[in-house]
Amino acid sequence: MSTGHPPPPGLSAERTRLSWRRTTLAATAVALLAVSAAIVDRPTPLGLAAAALLAWAWLAILVIAHRRIGALGRGVTATAGRWPAVLAFLVTAYAVLATILIMTADA
Amino acid sequence: MSPLLNHDVIRAIRQWFDPTDVDEVGTAPDYRFSLANERTFLAWVRTGLALIGGGLAVAAFVPPLRWPHVREVITVSLLLLGAAVALRAVDHWARCERAMRLGRPLPRSRFPAILALVIGAGAVALLVVVLVSGLRT
Repeated sequence: MSTGHPPPPGLSAERTRLSWRRTTLAATAVALLAVSAAIVDRPTPLGLAAAALLAWAWLAILVIAHRRIGALGRGVTATAGRWPAVLAFLVTAYAVLATILIMTADA
Repeated sequence: MSPLLNHDVIRAIRQWFDPTDVDEVGTAPDYRFSLANERTFLAWVRTGLALIGGGLAVAAFVPPLRWPHVREVITVSLLLLGAAVALRAVDHWARCERAMRLGRPLPRSRFPAILALVIGAGAVALLVVVLVSGLRT
């Protein structure tokens, strides 16, 4: 570690870009788990609809992460704006839709 | 229900979404602090996603337990815990952003301690369930 010197400013943006990328990977893994549950557990139509909506939520997470990664890559240093809130609600949608998927498959 | 959805809650949720509200109060801190705040938020989101993935994994891979509905209770608890972690993460992110712009101390939070206690207690309870059901067979 350097002493006293602040790290080069680009590193901060790069770490944040990689953090968004890791988040999309985690969201992808969870979406795959949900889709496999939708295939294996013989879901009801409601469960299938929940799985389809969850796939849309996954796509939306990819889109907002792509936008933010692109902005950070262009050197934009503005705060993330509304995207953290959108991401948090999409993850909440994951949880709600996964609950519907699991609960209807057991019936 | 109305005390739960009072003006403070609605105002807080609006602040999560409205960047002008967060971005125009006080003065901008060094942007590296904002990016660090954003990364902390993303780390919490991944924690929430891991809890949701854990819930789905329990539903997929844990065989039906001796007691009815124990598996479903574990699954739904993990899913809801994941959602709570994500929503709390964006609230904390917005509050930290605001505090940095106003030059105030960062908000303190009991949430990490409570989450650790809940997960620890859940793990111990699960251990007991597994041991007892194993001993009986």
